[in-house]
Amino acid sequence: MSMNSVGRPTRPETATDANDYVHPTLTGARGLLQDEALIFELDAWDKTGVDLPDAPAADDLGDLVRASAIGLPGLSEPEAVRHYVRLSQKNHAIDLALYPLGSCTMKHNPRLNEKMARLPGFSDIHPLQPQSTVQGAIELMDRLAHWLKTLTGMPAVALSPKAGAHGELCGLLAIRAAHEAAGNGHRKTVLAPTSAHGTNPATAAFCGYTVVEIAQTDDGRVDLADLESKLGDHVAAIMVTNPNTCGLFERDVVEIARLTHAAGAYFYCDGANFNAIVGRVRPGDLGVDAMHINLHKTFSTPHGGGGPGAGPVVLSAALAPFAPTPWVVSHEHGFHLVEEAKGPAAQAFGRMSAFHGQMGMFVRAYAYMLSHGADGLRQVAEDAVLNANYIKARLSDLMSPAFPNGPCMHEALFDDAWLEGTGVTTLDFAKAMIDEGFHPMTMYFPLVVHGAMLIEPTETESKQELDRFVTALRALAGAALKNKDGAGEVERFKGAPYHAPLKRLDETLAARKPRLRWKPVAAAPLAAE
Amino acid sequence: MKFTKDHEWVEVAGDIATVGITAYAAEQLGDVVFVEVPEVGKTVKQGDQLAVVESVKAASDVYAPVSGEVVEANETLSDSPETVNALPEAGGWFAKVKLSNAAELDALMDRDAYEAFLGTL
Repeated sequence: MSMNSVGRPTRPETATDANDYVHPTLTGARGLLQDEALIFELDAWDKTGVDLPDAPAADDLGDLVRASAIGLPGLSEPEAVRHYVRLSQKNHAIDLALYPLGSCTMKHNPRLNEKMARLPGFSDIHPLQPQSTVQGAIELMDRLAHWLKTLTGMPAVALSPKAGAHGELCGLLAIRAAHEAAGNGHRKTVLAPTSAHGTNPATAAFCGYTVVEIAQTDDGRVDLADLESKLGDHVAAIMVTNPNTCGLFERDVVEIARLTHAAGAYFYCDGANFNAIVGRVRPGDLGVDAMHINLHKTFSTPHGGGGPGAGPVVLSAALAPFAPTPWVVSHEHGFHLVEEAKGPAAQAFGRMSAFHGQMGMFVRAYAYMLSHGADGLRQVAEDAVLNANYIKARLSDLMSPAFPNGPCMHEALFDDAWLEGTGVTTLDFAKAMIDEGFHPMTMYFPLVVHGAMLIEPTETESKQELDRFVTALRALAGAALKNKDGAGEVERFKGAPYHAPLKRLDETLAARKPRLRWKPVAAAPLAAE
Repeated sequence: MKFTKDHEWVEVAGDIATVGITAYAAEQLGDVVFVEVPEVGKTVKQGDQLAVVESVKAASDVYAPVSGEVVEANETLSDSPETVNALPEAGGWFAKVKLSNAAELDALMDRDAYEAFLGTL
């Protein structure tokens, strides 16, 4: 007997030709993935997702009355929702798979953080509410500040910067204020290593400083002799990332701090890689004067399109008096935000933002701290380093590590020496990874390593997931290396990705002759009523 | 033609130095998509930023190999940045500088020395 008597097969035919039959679809869609148009192309004048009240009488608006439509696309609510969900299906996200972008720390965003951030006492409040009505939120800021100061061994923190680079700006503004207060406004130079994040020299230049590069040693660290030769009475600060962008700990960091302070300059540490040392090293003990902490990296708050960043800056005792307002103080009646530059805040250099910073990110980061505890945060750093070293060890026989001697910290850095003679470049290899179902690593950064491939797995990946990643990369590396003796398929790499929603883009043509497909039609005059 | 370690070239006719980036630099940059040339009349010191060149890979400063006043800038590069790739050491020049210290040229490399320098990279 068969339940399936109506002729509907229960599995695909084992047909020979059917599986090989590849054809472009009639609609451009692939399977259930729609070929998505621009939202303006979905527009129709007679549709709207909201029911707006009539415009106020023209008299009230004077000469501000609009003479033509503003050109917003007309879509129903389900059309608008589907449009963005379809776009999201073409995107990569940490909730889909490993996201090995070096320097970015794309770790899992725990759902507990989200639950806490949605508590109405945190999510349904406004910065202009009386402080007496938001005491819990201000207390959370105070506790977060306590954790950040304790973890870094620094006496003060400015919570308001909104991202890493904003934190750099805050740190340098505090340094500039300190120099000016001490009559050292003539110090106009900032030193940064050649491997620095691009934001470091950009921040220094934005603050009016001249940037001078510090050379790097062959083993990827700051060249102390070069640093010493460039320090002097004209130097305001140095900006050093530790662990640095090569994924290496600056072993001489204490000496770097000593030389810097001896020259009368301040030590700004780029804390983007704090994830690798949190719970194990306190930057304050190393002689750091200012450091931003990317809550969206080390403390797991969403980023990369998933949420706003937050870049609190911890400050040494020398810089603390110049910290921007506001900050939290507690007294017998509760918690209070110091807003005005007077009294203990008389030397504050100003503000970094209109209000106090990213409350939603404060809640998530604090939830992450409490759920891990001090011991858990220490293990975060240990596991992040262990995972990166596992990747480095599993790939080093096929690919060439940029710094083969000794372990790396939280990211494994390879150069493109191993691809020589294959006809495959770092870019080709990264694009071929997309075909194999993996987001590429960071490419061509840091600039000091030729054809750099910077892989940061983070601590949140299991060994099984790391093995899946390594297996795919080893297979791909093997395929690339076959090209050396002419036995490979270089096209697998040169044309990749083949299976992504869009093929390899011609970046040169896109930059030189950009063609923007959608052009607004001339706005139609409003119908006279 | 003289060369710097930062891969600029300079060719002098009278007291006017024409400045560009070397074929090696153009090759390393990849496809150039944007060039910002200096304003005529700007005075530069040797080693100052003279121009900005942006490729699909990176944005880089071009440093002045000699001191002097900019007397002409290659405005055609704004419409055809690809000239830097096609003719780096000819039509892809960036600016002409009226030399203020011709002695600076002595410290620059000649082509043989530059080729030897490239061999060490």
